[in-house]
Amino acid sequence: MAMAEKTTATVPVSQTAGMPRLHKIIFAVLLAVLLVLPFFVYPVFAMKVMCFALFAAAFNLLLGFGGLLSFGHAAYFGGASYVAAHAAKVWGLTPELSVLCGAAAAGVLGFAIGSLAIRRQGIYFAMVTLAFAQMVYFVALQAEFTGGEDGIQSVPRGDLFGVISLQNNIALYFFVLAVTFGGILFLYRIVHSPFGQVLKAIRENEPRAVSLGYDVNRYKIIVFTLSATMAGVAGATKSQVFQLASLTDVHWSMSGEVVLMTLLGGMGTIFGPLLGAGIIVTMQNYLATFGAWVTIIQGVIFVIGVLAFREGIIGVLSRWLKKPL
Amino acid sequence: MRKFAISAAALAAMMGTPVLAQDINVKLGVLNDRSGVYADLSGEGSAVATRMAVEDFGAAEKGMNVEVISADHQNKPDVGSNIAREWYDVDGVNAIIDVPTSSVALAVADITAEKNGVLLDSGAGSTVLTREQCQPTTVHWTYDTAALANGTGGAVTNAGGEKWFFLTADYAFGHSLEENTMEVVKQNGGEVVGSVRHPFPSQDFSSFLLQAQGSGADVIGLANAGGDTVNAIKQASEFGITQAGQKLAALLMFVTDVHSLGAETAQGLNLTEAFYWDQNDTTREWSARFEEQMGSKPTMVHAGAYSATMAYLEAVEAVGSAEDGRAVVAKMKEMDIDDPLFGKTKVRGDGRVIHDMYLFEVKAPGESEGEWDLYNQVSTISGDDAFLPMLDECDFTKK
Repeated sequence: MAMAEKTTATVPVSQTAGMPRLHKIIFAVLLAVLLVLPFFVYPVFAMKVMCFALFAAAFNLLLGFGGLLSFGHAAYFGGASYVAAHAAKVWGLTPELSVLCGAAAAGVLGFAIGSLAIRRQGIYFAMVTLAFAQMVYFVALQAEFTGGEDGIQSVPRGDLFGVISLQNNIALYFFVLAVTFGGILFLYRIVHSPFGQVLKAIRENEPRAVSLGYDVNRYKIIVFTLSATMAGVAGATKSQVFQLASLTDVHWSMSGEVVLMTLLGGMGTIFGPLLGAGIIVTMQNYLATFGAWVTIIQGVIFVIGVLAFREGIIGVLSRWLKKPL
Repeated sequence: MRKFAISAAALAAMMGTPVLAQDINVKLGVLNDRSGVYADLSGEGSAVATRMAVEDFGAAEKGMNVEVISADHQNKPDVGSNIAREWYDVDGVNAIIDVPTSSVALAVADITAEKNGVLLDSGAGSTVLTREQCQPTTVHWTYDTAALANGTGGAVTNAGGEKWFFLTADYAFGHSLEENTMEVVKQNGGEVVGSVRHPFPSQDFSSFLLQAQGSGADVIGLANAGGDTVNAIKQASEFGITQAGQKLAALLMFVTDVHSLGAETAQGLNLTEAFYWDQNDTTREWSARFEEQMGSKPTMVHAGAYSATMAYLEAVEAVGSAEDGRAVVAKMKEMDIDDPLFGKTKVRGDGRVIHDMYLFEVKAPGESEGEWDLYNQVSTISGDDAFLPMLDECDFTKK
């Protein structure tokens, strides 16, 4: 209890039980928009945005709330997409089981890498995670089951729970919506749990958290594993949407992209990563015809973001409204 | 009453004549790399070539309404498949053209079959497109890695380069390229004296090249692609490998790569292509028109996009509609094509397009009369020898 009081000094989280009303409203509006979205926007594109939103939210759990900058999150995202694709294609599992397989694999991987990486801090931590992610990339490139640079192709869109066919884009959309929205609510719950409070305490002042008797490393491993698992859920879902798993998902540039999404939207906010993912994916999609300009525009936006609003879009908005978002 | 009579007569006239070409709307999507490593060999050039084909086919005069759009797949399969799906579902695209990068091409091939569109692939090299993952809606026009391996491996060995040493990129693509070529070399009475695998991608080839140089091989086969091949050739030139009598054989390389290296560095290099701008009057004339719009000579991928579009439009005209991709491709497989750029061409039952391939040697700087005057033609490899035989289960004409 003492802990909760201490953290409120730095992180103004609502004291009332449950979700603050503003957040409830935002989540409700978001859900309402997402429910009708596939009838206005191309569903496959919307699904891609949602997968990346969950990925960015999972990453934000680690960076924004745990204060740990991992530069290898593509390993869990991509690793899970390979496992899920393999599960659906070769083992013939249903989509929800494939996603669970992928998430479990990412969780195990995250636990293994996290346990080693958290022994170092700051830039060294980032480098260790990057190094492990490159190893995962190498495995994906060389291993038999990953199909090398062709990736795992033509993954079947199976039947949900063995009954509901996901061949239809709209049906698949609602499956993806359920998974990602559920995932984001789960992350929200973690952040606002006592566990999340301790995490923030560690982020703000690690020696102090240690002096208060918290086993800091244990918390770090847990948050790392949770973040990796949820990144895995996102990656596994994406493999079901696109019916493929490829090297793009495990490439280091994917790790960079998720950092960009999180920073642009607002690190340490609830809704920032979702917005950041939406902006980046939309840009990549609608600017695809401009060719090389996509990366240049992306770079310019990033520079503007860092120079003009360091807390990210939602971060700035949150400061204006004087309310945590 | 008179009005009615006229319209009735008009109606009768319309019923009597076969489907008019005016009714045919065709939308073509050129999907390729416009910003990355393949932007030069495919990129905007393929879109230009496709528009040239639409013009040369005389679509407007024939009353066909053809629209060409294009997008960048960034060499990412998820981006590519997203665009492909959206094109088929929302934009009403009938055929997707070019699609380099095997992983993207395979993803698009599956979606195309699902949506009953047509994939006219020119840029990708994977044999899987017409073998393990063959589809009734896939037409693989320009080349594949097996044809390049066959061409270069067979022709160079027959020309006296009997002892081979392989420099192989250490990933699935490199391995399969090496394996295919080794087989061809042995079949033609050659010998493989050694091979070395380099990490992918790699900057420094010196130790591998020294091994190759010390192996006593006549030919050093470069079983890699893109930047790796270019780097290896540059460094081989620094070591004076070709000047010392060993030949370099690139197993996957395009005229744009050779152009960027220059004749000085690339001289003596052997490579196989399906098309070279300076082959005959027709190719020269076409390439000159292409150069006016693009500012560079076309690659075989550009030529393939042009020819595939021509054949496709002809089939669409014959079928009378572009809606049913399977029917259009089946029609293409029936046609005997005398292509202005590729010569006698046949679309095989599995979608593999059979035409001649050519072995080229890069000219020495003294011989070269311009920046694009790069190749001497060494030999012609007939299509039947160059491409792998068809798998029975992929012969869609029988089904």
